[in-house]
Amino acid sequence: MVLAVFCVLSLLALSSGVLVFVVDSMARATFCLLVSFLAVAAMVLMTGLAYLGVVIILMMIIEMVIMAVFMVMFMMNPAGLMPMSMFHNTRGAAVISGLVFTGLAAGILVVDWPQRRGAPAPDPTVALGEALMGGHMLTMMTLGVTLFATIVATVVLSTGRGRYDRLGDDLDAERADDPTGGGVGR
Amino acid sequence: MSATTLLLPALMIAAVWFLAALDGALAGRAAGRPVGPAAAAVEPVRATARLLVGQRRSTLAADGLLRWAGIASLSVAAVLAAAVVPLGERPLVDLSVGVVWFNAMEVVAWAAVWLVGWGPNGALSLVGGYRFVAQGLSYELPHMFAIITAALAAGSLRITDIVDAQAGLWFVVLMPAAFVAYLLSAAAMAFWGPFDAPVARDTAGGAGSELSGVDRLLFAGGRRLLLVAAASMAVPLFLGGGHGPWLPAWAWVLLKTAAVLVVLVWLRHQLPTIRMDRWAEISWVVLVPLTIVQALVVALVVLARGGM
Repeated sequence: MVLAVFCVLSLLALSSGVLVFVVDSMARATFCLLVSFLAVAAMVLMTGLAYLGVVIILMMIIEMVIMAVFMVMFMMNPAGLMPMSMFHNTRGAAVISGLVFTGLAAGILVVDWPQRRGAPAPDPTVALGEALMGGHMLTMMTLGVTLFATIVATVVLSTGRGRYDRLGDDLDAERADDPTGGGVGR
Repeated sequence: MSATTLLLPALMIAAVWFLAALDGALAGRAAGRPVGPAAAAVEPVRATARLLVGQRRSTLAADGLLRWAGIASLSVAAVLAAAVVPLGERPLVDLSVGVVWFNAMEVVAWAAVWLVGWGPNGALSLVGGYRFVAQGLSYELPHMFAIITAALAAGSLRITDIVDAQAGLWFVVLMPAAFVAYLLSAAAMAFWGPFDAPVARDTAGGAGSELSGVDRLLFAGGRRLLLVAAASMAVPLFLGGGHGPWLPAWAWVLLKTAAVLVVLVWLRHQLPTIRMDRWAEISWVVLVPLTIVQALVVALVVLARGGM
């Protein structure tokens, strides 16, 4: 039963992943990718990592909807109206992916998998978090704040309108000069 | 499939009927044509029957598959989200990560409404779909902070643990700002007034403008199912779940859910539709800091009680 569910999910993940490159519309491509990710999330759930699996579902849905907006905005073929190819460097990509697949598949078959020692952890998510970050929590926290600061800095540097455009050279304007109004009445 | 599995959708449909009847009665009163309780109760049934036999509209160069996916996933996600809400002592499925599961199922609405807007190849429906994505980006962070504050106070993501933690004090007393943010986001996620800009009249019905017949029934019904799911989740998160004197737990859950629904319907008739640009700024400038401070206060309370 578990094997059957796993096979169905992996087939779904692979086939919808392939469909991303087959379909002719950005909207369909985005949601094919979402189906692929959801199948992977279901497989994570099968390993007992409830929190990680559900968070993958949550994040992937939000992410793919936002990505659909950007794909439609920036890609050449928004709605399948103008034919375009989703392929670049097909020959090189085929060689690379073939090699990677062979390597990974060989790894599965060749590696001498260890026998289970001890009992499974009561909460696998906690155990995984400890294993990944146990001794490195400070590093991870610093990394998180650094990444967030980078995002904020990038937005600040790339925005076309800064506070001097909004509030005047001395930052003393009564009301901010914004192209669109907001709800707080600034 | 056991009887309790079927009970949940049946209860939700009954709640949708209650919601639609109340909404119709209030709309009739506001329009100066008051309808009696019996007429208001029959009207949703009649509207459903009319949509069931109505012809389905098709548009030129529509993406039927995506439109169908959007329409279908809205109702399915609403029922799946409600599956972790305790109808009394226990929910249908008592997940250890119930809060996150509820959150994951409700964001399906983002994909669903965008797809319904995109599918028919119509300008107005597309505007509605994009409006909902903008609305989602605005309500989602305050919403997440609000529900995670309830989980923080209980020290668990399991809904039944959160209900148990409210045996003495309902979380609405401990975290009023989180409750208000949750109520607003509950209306926003079901694009229910004042957050109904995605299906507003200025775009001839927005995301749902090209839908008719069964499609419209499923879309409008799915939206109300989602509102019912969100309203019923407010009960275990903030209103003490099944806790209460005299009555059994299930009766309290039903009563409290009905009360939240009445508040949401009443709000819709009190407030005008809010524009996306206004709501985005209110949400990011007021609600996000407010809910973060609320989470901080609750975290300090938990620490002072010696939790964690």
